[in-house]
Parts: sequence; C-alpha cells; structure tokens
Amino acid sequence: MIKTISEAFEPKVDIELALKHGLIEEEYEKILSILGRVPTYTELGIYSVMWSEHCSYKNSIAELKKLPRSGERLLVKAGEENAGLVDIGNGYAIAFKIESHNHPSAVEPYQGAATGVGGIMRDIFTMGARPIAALNSLRFGDLANPRTRYLLKGVVKGIGDYGNSFGVPTIAGDVYFDECYSENPLVNAMAVGIVKHDEIARAIAKGPGNIVMIVGSSTGRDGIHGATFASEEISDESESKRPSVQVGDPFTEKLLLEATLEVIRAGYVVGIQDLGAAGITCSASEMSAKGSCEMEIELDRVPIREKEMTGYEIMLSESQERMLLIVLPSHEQDVRQVFEKWDLRCQTIGKLKEGNALRVNYKGERIAEVPAQSLVLGGDAPVYYRESKEPEYIQHLRKFDPNSLPEPTDYNESLLKLLESPNICSRRWIISQYDTMVRTNTIIDVIGDAAVIRLKEFEKALAVKTDCNARYVFLNPYKGAQIAVAESARNVVCVGARPLAITNCLNFGNPYKPDIYWQFKESVRGIADACNVLNTPVTSGNVSFYNESPDGSIYPTPIIGMLGEINDVSKVISADFKNKGDIVLLLGQTIGDIGGSEYLKVIHGKVCGDAPSIDLYIEKRLHEACLEMINLSIVKSAHDLSEGGLAVALAECSLFAFAKGKSLGASISIPRPMRTDFALFSEDQSRILVTASETNLPKIKEISQRHQVTVRMLGEVIQDRIEVREKINLSVREASIAYYGSLERKVGVSS
Amino acid sequence: MTVSRPKFGVIVFPGSNCDHDAYYTLKHVLHQDTRFLWHKNSSLEGVDVVILPGGFSYGDYLRCGAIARFSPIMKEVISFARAGGVVLGICNGFQILCEAGLLPGALLRNECLTFVCKFVHVRVEHAATRFTSVCASGEVLEIPIAHGEGNYFADESTLDQLERNNQILFRYVEQDGSITQRANPNGSVRNIAGIVNEGGNVMGLMPHPERASDPVLGHTDGQRIFLSVMKSVVSDEYIHDYTGAERS
Repeated sequence: MIKTISEAFEPKVDIELALKHGLIEEEYEKILSILGRVPTYTELGIYSVMWSEHCSYKNSIAELKKLPRSGERLLVKAGEENAGLVDIGNGYAIAFKIESHNHPSAVEPYQGAATGVGGIMRDIFTMGARPIAALNSLRFGDLANPRTRYLLKGVVKGIGDYGNSFGVPTIAGDVYFDECYSENPLVNAMAVGIVKHDEIARAIAKGPGNIVMIVGSSTGRDGIHGATFASEEISDESESKRPSVQVGDPFTEKLLLEATLEVIRAGYVVGIQDLGAAGITCSASEMSAKGSCEMEIELDRVPIREKEMTGYEIMLSESQERMLLIVLPSHEQDVRQVFEKWDLRCQTIGKLKEGNALRVNYKGERIAEVPAQSLVLGGDAPVYYRESKEPEYIQHLRKFDPNSLPEPTDYNESLLKLLESPNICSRRWIISQYDTMVRTNTIIDVIGDAAVIRLKEFEKALAVKTDCNARYVFLNPYKGAQIAVAESARNVVCVGARPLAITNCLNFGNPYKPDIYWQFKESVRGIADACNVLNTPVTSGNVSFYNESPDGSIYPTPIIGMLGEINDVSKVISADFKNKGDIVLLLGQTIGDIGGSEYLKVIHGKVCGDAPSIDLYIEKRLHEACLEMINLSIVKSAHDLSEGGLAVALAECSLFAFAKGKSLGASISIPRPMRTDFALFSEDQSRILVTASETNLPKIKEISQRHQVTVRMLGEVIQDRIEVREKINLSVREASIAYYGSLERKVGVSS
Repeated sequence: MTVSRPKFGVIVFPGSNCDHDAYYTLKHVLHQDTRFLWHKNSSLEGVDVVILPGGFSYGDYLRCGAIARFSPIMKEVISFARAGGVVLGICNGFQILCEAGLLPGALLRNECLTFVCKFVHVRVEHAATRFTSVCASGEVLEIPIAHGEGNYFADESTLDQLERNNQILFRYVEQDGSITQRANPNGSVRNIAGIVNEGGNVMGLMPHPERASDPVLGHTDGQRIFLSVMKSVVSDEYIHDYTGAERS
C-alpha cells in the first residue's frame, strides 16, 4: 500500500470525496477492486478525470461503435489517434477533427473559445500534420439578450485572436441563434492538417528504456478538473468554475507547432500526444495503455509556473501549449536542441519500462501507481448502456397542421424578414475578424456553401464545411442527423468537391435522462445511415453531454464537419450569379415540407411539425449529377437550398454577386403549383439552385435524367431585381440592406 | 546599384506567420532566389532585398513589433537600410519598421477595435519609386488586409512632411480611386496604407501583397509591388527576360 507523508495535508479519500469528484458509488467500488486498496488523493483525481464523460466516453461509446468508421481512404480508425486521417494521394494524408469547448466558453467566452482552437490545433500537429485550415460551429441564444451579445463577441474574438496569431486561416463554419442556447452556448472548433504518410506520428508509449519528455509551456493551476467540469450541467455555481477554464497563448503554440513538426520529421519521436483534457494524466495513461508499457514519471522535474503545486495539481493541470513526447535516449539531446532553438521548455520527466503501470513520484514519494489500462477507454473505464425513451414533445409537435397557417399578404416583407434573420443574414461581421487568407491557400472568391483551399504540396484542393440544423434534430433526431450529414455533403458538392469523410461533435443534454439519451441514440443512427449511403465514413469525433442549464437542455446538436476533395481546382465554382441572361435551374424536388423551417419560426413564431423529409439515395444521385455538371464546366453557379428555402437561396445568389460588385438578380416562377409560401420557403432537402448558359440546357437535362434527378427551369438572371412571378419584386439593393448589416445591427456595432 | 539576379531574404521572427507566404510568392510564383533569415542570426547572407513578413512577432503581447526590433538580425537590417538596402515590411513588418525607427509614425489599434481581414482597394500615390515603378500613379490595386493594429498615426507636421516628400505611397480608397471614410478600414490618418522612408528604400505596407500574387488564388495585383522591387534591383536586361518569360 502506498502511504504518503503528504496525506497529512490532503483530504481523506473516501466515498464522499469520490462523489465530490463526480464519480458514482459503483465507480468508486470499481477503483477499490482494481487497486485492492483505497486510492491516494492523487489517484482519486486521476480516476475521476479519466473516467469523466469527457475522457472516457462512458455513456456514448456503445452507440458510437455503430458509426461507419472505416473506408478505403481512411488510414486510421476513428478514436485510434488524436484525429482522423484520410488518404488524399501522392503520399499525403489529411488529418481533421472537431471538438467542443462549450462549458469553458459559457463562463469565460474569450479564453474558452481561444483554448478550444488551441486544443484542436494540437490534436492535428501532434500527428505530424501541419494545420492548414480552421473552422468553427457556434450556437448562441437570442441576440436581444445582452449576455448573448457578450458571449458572441467574446467567443468570436477568442477564436480570431488565437487562430490569427497562430497563423492558420479560419475559413468556414456555421452559426445559429436560438433561445435554447442562452445559458449554454456551443463552441465547436475544427482543424484540418496535412501530413506525409511516412511522417505521421502516433500517440503511443512503447519501447522500454525510452524516455518521456514534456515540452512547451510550464504547468500551472489553470484548468484543473476542466474535464470534470465539462461533464456536468451548467448551473448557478458554474461561475465559480471559472478557474477551471484554461488560458491560451497562441504565440507559444505557434512555436510549439514548428518545433514539434521539426522533431517528428527528423525522426526523433517514438510517440507523442498533446496535453489537453486531464493534462499529463490523460496523455501518460492513454499512451502507456496503447503501447502496453510502464511509465514512471518524476513530477519534480515538470517545469511549473506556480509555487507549491501539489502532485495532484500537476497531474490534473490543463495548462495549454504542452506536449508529451516519447523519445529514444540517443535523441534526447537532438530534441532538446530543437526546442531550445524555438525558445521552448523541454524536460525529461520519466522513462518507459516493461510492465503496465503508470507510476508517479513526487518529492521522494510515490503518489500514484495504477494500471494504465484501468484508466482508459477500451480498458477498464466504465461503459454504460443508458435507458432511452422518446420524449413526449415529439408526437405533440407533429400534430401541427401547416394548412392552418395564414398565407403572408406581403411576400416582399416576408423575404426581407428572413434575410435579416440572425440564422440567415450575412456573417461578415464575424468572418472579417478571422484571418481567412494566411498561408495563401484560400480560394477567397468562393462565396457560398463551403470554403476551398488549394494544396501547395501537389495539385489538389479541399472543400470543408460544418453544418447542423438542430431544430430539425429536435423535431426528429434520426432525420435531422441525416440531414446534417446530407447538407454538409451537399455544401461541398456545390463548390465541386466529392465528399470524402466526416468528423462530428455530438452536443447533447444530460445522458442520464432517458429522453435526452433517445435523442442521442437516434441522432447517431441517423449519422450512421447517412454516412453509409453517402460513402463518407466517420474519421473522428467528440461527444459533449450535459449541455443543460436550469432552463433545460439545448436542442440536440450533432455538428458534422465534412471534408471534400477537388482534383482540378480550375473547376471550382461559387454560388453567386455570374451573368445576366443565364438560366436559373432547380435540381431536386420541391415538396413543400414546411415543418421546422426558419419561415415558421421567423414569420409565424412556431417551432413545430416534423423535420423535412430526406431520401439519402436521392441525395446521393443529386450529388453525382451536380458534380458531373461542375466537372464539365456547364454550370456557372451552384447553391444549396437550406434555411429559408428557394426564395432565400435565390436572394443569396444575388447577394453574393452584390458582394463582388455586381448587381444581378433573377426573375423566376415557382417550381410547382402549391401554396406559395410552402413553395418559396419550405426547406425540402436534396435541392440545388444552379445557373448556366442556355446552350448547356440539353446537356444538363441529359445528366439529370441519367441520374434520375428532377430538374426544372425556373427563370433567368436579370439586372438589379429579385422577382418571383406575381409574389416577390425587390431590388437587390433593398435585399442587401436587410442581409448585410443585420448581424451588426443586432450585435450593436456599426457595419 | 543593380544586380543581375536579386536575392530576397525573408526574416523569420518567432511568431511570424506570413513568412512562408512571402517566401512562396517570391520563390515559387515569381521564381526569385529567396531564403529565410533566422532572427537569431546576425548576417543577412548577402541578400539584396529584405522582407519583414506579417504575423505576430513574439506574440505581439506588448506593442506590435516592439520586441522584434531588438532581435539580433534587426541590427543588420537597420544598418542595411541605412546603407540604402531595400527593405519591405508587410503588416507586422511595417509595425516593426516603425518601432525600429526606420519609418516615422506608429500603428494603433483599429478604430473599430476588432481584427479586420478583407480585400481593400489601395491607390498608388506615386509611381516613381522602387516599390511602385511598374504601376501608374493613381492606379487602384485590390489587395487584402488582415490586422488588428493597422491604424496609422503620425503628428500633423510629420504627415505634412511625408506628403511634401512624396513618401505616402498607398492610400485606402474606393474602387474608383476616391478617398472616403468608408474606404478606410482601420481609421488610418489620411487613409494611409503604406509609406516609404525619405531615402525611398524602406517601405512599410499594411495590406498583404503576397496574398494577391498567385493566379491560382484569383488575385494578382500584389505582384505589381514585388515586380517593382525586382525591377529596382536588377539590370534592365533581366527584367526584360523575366517579363518575356511570363508572357510566353
């Protein structure tokens, strides 16, 4: 039995203390049986963070295993390394991943968001990949609420300051506003990196005799129990958890990036993992468990930035910009030299041995000795199958009869209202605070559905996008999650990219509540089905539960990050109208499913009905048809129909052109006879608006027919006006005033 | 003084993040002899043109550029500049040049208080300089900015002197070349986007010409600044060859 002198100064370990650490009784019993004794205070801390939801995925892993996680282009399976890896040819791979930083951002928006970016970047470069793009998916409450405005400003500034200084372009994302996120905003950060196959680094501790080095920033008390904090609901006490929020230093991260890539490329590194959630504890135990090696750490050697830190604190600190390296002893000096060159700390803190324990020594005592396998996912970390039950609201909201709604009397007014809705209006105020162009790869003129970056390494480009309309998921988790995948795929298709793979960040409420768990299960089922049909396996992901405040849970929000591949960058198209006289065509079927639409919410103040229908096979055929048209260069623009339906998509094509200095609109008729508001504003899925020269119409029809995709000629591109026969007649200028500047007006800044 | 084949040096400070972009543009888009120069070195390795790239040198936690100017390599850059060597500071590089006393004035926090990244229009004020010689006076270029502290400031007498000496080389303008408040993205006094020193060999510029140089990205106005610099340091014969090659 381990007995430490410091025990005199530490709290007594018993079931009560374990409960305070967020463990449940059966988990504490399990620790006692694994160790055969009462854990030390440090050990209790270690188990509590490693078995927290955030690190162990204990309440989600059983479901996550149902996702398609392999494919011919995937180099590692989801969950195996810090991020997913997709082969893109020529000996290169793309590493990409999305992760949440919701709870920290709820109490400290600036640092919470900044360190969210920092954390996901480290996940990418710890694999040896150079980050080439950042994205983010954000959810906030109602902008009329001053706290929402404070959170939005802080989060955007945090993301911008970190990414801009670090030097990665923030090129895409999505932002939605809904009351359900008022107390619990969502901040999901995604990063994309590129790595040569033979320079991929792994998160593994193997080779007895190899040494363990900690590099980067020193260790302080910031972020202790961040992982545990992320695994409970937001409450009035959350404010007191502000010290659990880490503080970011993008400058150090930039140096750490360069130094890390240098040592990996030089071949000095056996294994490497960034120190994120649960700090040294998590990286040391995960790497040892994976490499089936024993790791012994001397905490006295860890560079610390605060006085009199305890071993417990050093093990659990989530200080940012740190990495743990496993290095051959013969390269210790080489590694040291590289980090010195970059003015970074680099310290040997331990070594590997035969065995399987994680041993921690501090001030002449052994303060922890636990089997590494017992801590980790896939080892002895608990796995739970939670009870699930369809919530009552689902059937209740579906009883809604859309025909009971009055039709608008003024369609111009309805469209303008939608264009200035915070969920539709221009995000220029946000995006302009991000450096979108650093690294000179961004094809900046691609305005529209997805962002495009070319690769300098060889001729190819990538399209990326995040997406999730959580209102659909709320109304129908299975369909809503399918739509999130389908829409993000459609987005990259619209610029000419073939969807390759996804990463996902599953943001839900408390999994111990059966109706929340039902939302989760159904969503995972929807993602799995969509990914299977669209051939976009899940490469990586993150689960964020407990997104609840005393007012209730957020909408279930499974964010999808899509990666698409473009072989010929010269074929890329954007969504803006190009030339007067071009024909406007709609690919896909208009049904008039108005449930869950932005129109219902903004014009009628209702969130009800069912999510729009989706047929994944129709979706897939639409992608094939659209990609064929883009690759033949017979369409000039393509834009996905989403929030606000056909009318908003039409106006957006015109407004995107307006941003490029052209005043082009369109004159169209509605696609099918039906209630005009349903035809114009329904958010029926699997539809893309394209424009083309009239001469290409026969070819477009032929391709559509071959792929069994409905195509309908709606009208033509005209100068200055947006017209829908007999219903809408607006000047592009009027529409632009509603669309551009709306967010600025709501946030209260000048545009 | 002209040379047959100019050598470019891009300084790498810790926290520089447009160093690779400047290098790529010069080396791979414009096919120039280009090398990185490490901030701890004390030699410019015989380069003909020094580029101080954009980024956040030393994190810019203090005033932007305030620490970078003490880097060992900056001693060399200062004497190089004093001896008439061509130095181009882009964004953070402009801030460093001001801190180092090679250019007058300072760059303050943007008036809107936020970082701003977007394409802007800048007007070439004087074409008869090393940095603008392939442009025409009054020509409008479309080049992006990306900074939080690009609000140029100097006192009135300094500004008047800059005007008198034709040292203001670029101003933020509308697409049609008119100077308006709206076209000014950061509150810079007199819409100043770029200035040159009295000797005409050191320029600071907030916009990023390297981001508007690669045809693949769809914008090439920035090339005109690099081409001007190339022209100013090479023989006429070389420039002829170069543009000829480009045309074919």
